[in-house]
Amino acid sequence: MATDAMAPVGTAATPKIRSELMLQRVRAARWFLVPMMIALAIVAGWPLTRSIWFSFTDATLNDLYGAEWVGFGNYLRWQVLESGTVRYRGVLADPDWWNAVWNTVRFAFWSVLWETVLGMIVALVLNAEFRGRGIVRAAILIPWAIPTIVSARMWGWMLNDQFGIINDLGMKLGLLSAPVAWTASADTAMTAVLIVDIWKTTPFMALLILAGLQMIPKDIYEAADIDGVHPVKQFFRITLPLVRPALMVAIIFRVLDALRIFDLIYVLTPNSRSTKTMSVLAQENLFQFNNFAEGSTQSTLLFLLIAIFTILYIWIGKVNFEGGDR
Amino acid sequence: MASIELRNIRKSFGAVNVIKGVDLEVRKGEFMVFVGPSGCGKSTLLRLISGLEDITSGEMLFDGKVVNALTPSKRGIAMVFQSYALYPHMTVYENMAFGLKLEKGNSKEAIRERVEKAADMLQIRQYLDRLPKQLSGGQRQRVAIGRAITRDPKVFLFDEPLSNLDAALRVATRIEIAKLHEGMHDVTMIYVTHDQVEAMTLADRICVLRDGLVEQVGTPMELYEKPDSIFVAGFIGSPKMNFLTGEKAEAFKCATLGVRGEHMLVKPDGIWEGEVIHTENLGADTYVYLEMGQEEPIVVRLEGAMQHPSGSKLRVSPMEDRVHRFDEAGKPIR
Repeated sequence: MATDAMAPVGTAATPKIRSELMLQRVRAARWFLVPMMIALAIVAGWPLTRSIWFSFTDATLNDLYGAEWVGFGNYLRWQVLESGTVRYRGVLADPDWWNAVWNTVRFAFWSVLWETVLGMIVALVLNAEFRGRGIVRAAILIPWAIPTIVSARMWGWMLNDQFGIINDLGMKLGLLSAPVAWTASADTAMTAVLIVDIWKTTPFMALLILAGLQMIPKDIYEAADIDGVHPVKQFFRITLPLVRPALMVAIIFRVLDALRIFDLIYVLTPNSRSTKTMSVLAQENLFQFNNFAEGSTQSTLLFLLIAIFTILYIWIGKVNFEGGDR
Repeated sequence: MASIELRNIRKSFGAVNVIKGVDLEVRKGEFMVFVGPSGCGKSTLLRLISGLEDITSGEMLFDGKVVNALTPSKRGIAMVFQSYALYPHMTVYENMAFGLKLEKGNSKEAIRERVEKAADMLQIRQYLDRLPKQLSGGQRQRVAIGRAITRDPKVFLFDEPLSNLDAALRVATRIEIAKLHEGMHDVTMIYVTHDQVEAMTLADRICVLRDGLVEQVGTPMELYEKPDSIFVAGFIGSPKMNFLTGEKAEAFKCATLGVRGEHMLVKPDGIWEGEVIHTENLGADTYVYLEMGQEEPIVVRLEGAMQHPSGSKLRVSPMEDRVHRFDEAGKPIR
């Protein structure tokens, strides 16, 4: 498809004569795309269309197919009472929804920020030459490789207020005066979730940044040494600008992941209002509270939010998905 | 302006000894070329002088002062890399001004003046706003040289600066570097190459390296006329010097007889006879390859375009006063 759009740019002046080989390549490319398009349509296109459609109906789990069209009612509807006051209903007027939006945004911001900073540090260390680098590179991926459910459970026990090792250590070292119910307390639940997510996803970030770092030729650092550029300046003036394309792609991957966070929060801090995110809320409405239409509406809004964010990010950040800018 | 002295310099990477004890003096304002086959340690030696690599043992002196522990920038050197090593995200101007901007006490105007002066010298002023990726290889290398000039160095180091350029550009840039040396005659230059033509044309003195040791140091003509070993004799000069052994060498009372292709005369009463196996016609010269029962065919360089069909016999004689005689150890008999 891309070839179709690109080809005329260079050959705009010449009459459109395509060689046999070029036509053959385009045909082959289309055939190779077909399996992926079909798979995408089945696993992404169809469910997405269905949930968007359900968000405009009064569907419940008991009666999915008998659902009736209600327009934008699930998003926002209002009722003028006899007293003259207007009462708003629907997801957009629901404080629980806005609490979830705020939780999600807060979570995404802090987790991605810390993962970027820590991931950059880890990547810089791994980019240096030292004995056993290969083993360390593999070892650092372990948190990323453990299934989220397992690591959430593991951290749940470690953070437990009565038996957890974190409270035990904190008490013995004199850092805590009393055990803290990290995951249960409304004040600390978000921090607990952030710690586990940062622990889990920093390796992913580090690996993506490391790939970008390895694209930077070594000799320009030697030129900088000759120029007498201090190592800290080398980082900010050479490394950071050159790793930026890879960094931007890594950040967007992580933000998209963070905005739809579900599993970690669902397992680590179930039913905590201070950590409940959009995905968790939508899942509850869809499958636990039998508000299928409302859950669909929330899913659709989440999808829109992520889509708008992605478009803005790519547009404003001038992200280049084709790799380096050299 | 600096004289450089190397005293018993050694360098090892782990268990591998790359430089095995080099003593060398580079005079103030001299153009010194390090030449040798791949893996002889010439680039490593240059990096030791630059300070990019640590010296394992021995002393490095700039103007009589030991600089072993000094960082590259404190040694007052500038370096041009084979790969150009330009900062890809900076314009030509920024590339050239980067080092100056970070030094303390340089005003903006002073930096601009220095960059523009260097740019004029190399005729790259019209490219100052471009990024390196928008330039050709030759232009990039000139920017790299320009960046080095703006540093106003005492010592100018070149690490095979022409090897990434095509043949025509290589000659043009070579001349440019020679002109640069004339214009900056108080700057000491050290140039690394594996190409003996570059060495011969650029150098005040050449240092031939082999297996991490200095084989011979001398002016290009000294190396050409009085090589200290078979290795130097074979390395300097193009086409390569012919080496004859056996009876033909014994007749000259030596183990190996060296004769350059240009010191052979074709004449009917020539003392050696050979069969023509190949002829290379270069226009100005012709190289005739003769089979004479030696390990390698003997090259005879003749002026002008000559026709000697393959398979024909040719009699040649060496010029008596231009032969090089070597003993069994490969050392010259003079």
